[in-house]
Amino acid sequence: MSGTEMYTPAVPRGSKQTRDRLNAAIYHILVASSCFIMLYPILWMIASSLKPTSDIWTTTASLIPRSPTIEHYINGWAGFGTISFSTFYKNSLIYATVGTVAAVASSACVAYAFAKIRFVGRKFWFSLMLLTLMLPGQVLMIPQYIVFSKLGWINSFLPLLVPRFFGNAFFVFLIIQFMRGIPIELDEAAEIDGCSKIGIFFRITLPLIQPALITAAIFSFYWTWEDFLGPLLYLQDPHLYTVSLAIRSYSDPSAGTNWGSVFAMSSLSLAPVFAIFIIFQRYLVEGISTTGLKG
Amino acid sequence: MIDTAQVQPVSRHPKKKSAGARQHNLAGYLFLSPWLIGFFVFTLLPIVASFWLAFTDYNIFSAPKWIGLDNFQRMFFGDRRYWRSVRATLYYVFTAVPLRLIVALLIAMLLNKKHKLVSLYRAAYYAPSIVGGSVAVAVMWRQVWGGQNLGLINYILQAVGLPYVNWLANPRTAIWTLITLAAWQFGSPMLIFLAGLKQIPAELYEAASIDGAGGWDKFIKITLPMLSPVIFFNLVMQMISGFLVFTQAFLITGGRPLDSTLFYALYLYLRAFEVHEMGYGSAMAWILLLVIAFFTALVFKSSSAWVYYESGGLGE
Repeated sequence: MSGTEMYTPAVPRGSKQTRDRLNAAIYHILVASSCFIMLYPILWMIASSLKPTSDIWTTTASLIPRSPTIEHYINGWAGFGTISFSTFYKNSLIYATVGTVAAVASSACVAYAFAKIRFVGRKFWFSLMLLTLMLPGQVLMIPQYIVFSKLGWINSFLPLLVPRFFGNAFFVFLIIQFMRGIPIELDEAAEIDGCSKIGIFFRITLPLIQPALITAAIFSFYWTWEDFLGPLLYLQDPHLYTVSLAIRSYSDPSAGTNWGSVFAMSSLSLAPVFAIFIIFQRYLVEGISTTGLKG
Repeated sequence: MIDTAQVQPVSRHPKKKSAGARQHNLAGYLFLSPWLIGFFVFTLLPIVASFWLAFTDYNIFSAPKWIGLDNFQRMFFGDRRYWRSVRATLYYVFTAVPLRLIVALLIAMLLNKKHKLVSLYRAAYYAPSIVGGSVAVAVMWRQVWGGQNLGLINYILQAVGLPYVNWLANPRTAIWTLITLAAWQFGSPMLIFLAGLKQIPAELYEAASIDGAGGWDKFIKITLPMLSPVIFFNLVMQMISGFLVFTQAFLITGGRPLDSTLFYALYLYLRAFEVHEMGYGSAMAWILLLVIAFFTALVFKSSSAWVYYESGGLGE
C-alpha cells in the first residue's frame, strides 16, 4: 500500500512518466504541508517569543516577527525574585545528567545478569520485572512520598535521584534485546582465557552495547528533563525548581503573566531536547522501533 | 512483544554443575542486585503499604486509622467528583487512544516508501512527540486554545470570519483540547507501525495486484491482518498511558470546567497531595490498577479473534 496510489488521476496510458511525476508531486505537497501543520504550534511559540509584547496577541498567527526582539529572553532569564533562570536550568541539568547516568549504568548491570549469566531464579525475576512495567506509578507514589517525607528528603533531589540507581525495567529490557545480538562465543572465549564475569562485563560486553546505552541514555534524559510530577511532589523551594516547575510558575494566571517571557523560556527549555533529537535521531528511531519504548 | 521467552539459554555448553553453577549464581545475583534491592525497597514495599493504606484514614501528620472499607464505600457511593473523574478518563481513553492510533497508522503508511525526503518527514512528524510531555508544550497548548487570551485558533477563526469559541470554558469542548494534544503526539506508535509495515513481504501486495485487488482491498486483506500484532501492542501501551494521563490535564485545564477534564490521575493527586487524604488516594490507586488490569485483560482476551500470527492464523 503506497500512498501515491490513492491519488492516481485518469491519464492515458502513454504518459506514464508524467503521471508518476504528478503523483510524486501531489504526495510531497500533501506530506510536506501536513508536516508544516504538525510543527506550526512549536514554530508559533518560538516566533511569539521573538515578537514585542504588543505584537504577540495582535499578529498572532504570523510566524515571522515584524520587529524581532530578544527582550523576552533577557527578561525571562532574569527569573523571578532573586533567582535567575540559570539556577533552574542548572537544577534540571544536574537532575537529568545524574539521573541518566545512574539509570543507564545500573540497567546495563542488571541486563547483563539476565542476558548473559545463567543463575537460579533468572526466569522468575525477569517475569516479575516485566510485570512491574505494567504497574501504574500512582500505586507507588503515595507510600514512596510518605517514606521520603519521614526521612526528611522533601526539598531535596534525593527522592528523585536515589530510586534511579536501582535499574529501570524499560532500559533493562532494551539492553537485553541488544545483548542477545552479541555472540555468546565471545564471552566463552574470554572465560576460557580466565576472565571473570566482571571482567567480561567491563571489557567485552560494555563496549559492544554502546548503541543500546546511548538509546537508553537519550530516553532517560528526555523523561527526566521533562519530568513534572516528581519535582512537583518533592521540590517546593524555588531555589530547587527545575525548568518544568519554573515555567509553570511563570505562566501562573495570578502573576500577571508576561507571555513573551513564558514563550522564550519554554523555547529555551526545548532546546536541549531538539539538539539531542537532531544529533541522535537514528538511535531514537531504532530504539522505539525495536522495543516499543514510548518517546 | 514482551514475554519470558526473550531470555534465551545462555550457554550452549552447560558447565559442570556444583562449583561452576554456584559461581554463576553468585555472579548472577551480584549483577542483579541493583534491581533486586530496588524492587523490594521501591516497588514491593510501597505496594504492600499502599494496599494497607487503602483501608485507613491517613493525613500524614497523625497516625493512620483503620477504617475498613469506608474509603471504597465513599468512593463508589458518596463521591460524585469521583464518578465525574471516571467518566472524563473513560471518555478520554476511548477517543484519544483510537484517534492517536489511526493518525499514527495513516502517517506510517504515507511514510512507508523509499525516498530521500522520507526521513526528514518522519523527523517532522515525530518532533511534537519528543517534547509532548513537557511543561513548555502544555503551556503553549493552552495558549493555542485560549487561556486568558483569545488564543491562536480563535485568532485564525476570526480572521476567516468565523465566530470564536471559548474552548477551555465550555465543558463540552475543554476535553477536546487534551484529546487533540494526544492525537498530535502520535510519534512512537507511528514509528512502531512503520517498523511493522516494513516487515510485510512485498510479494503479498504484488500477488494481490495480479488478482486485481485495489488499494482498499489490499489494506483490509493484507495490511491490517499482517499488522495486527503491532496494532495490538500499540493499543495496549497507549491504553495504559491514556488511563494515567496527568501533566497535560493538570497544566492545561486543571480539571475544569465543571470537572469535565478531571482525569483519574489528576483527581487522585488532588485528594492525596492537596488535601492529604493519603488513604483515600491509595484506595483510588488500587481501583485504577484493577481497572487498567481489566481493560488490558479484555484486549488480550479479544486478541485471539483479531490478532493474526503467521504460524497460526486468525482465531487460533
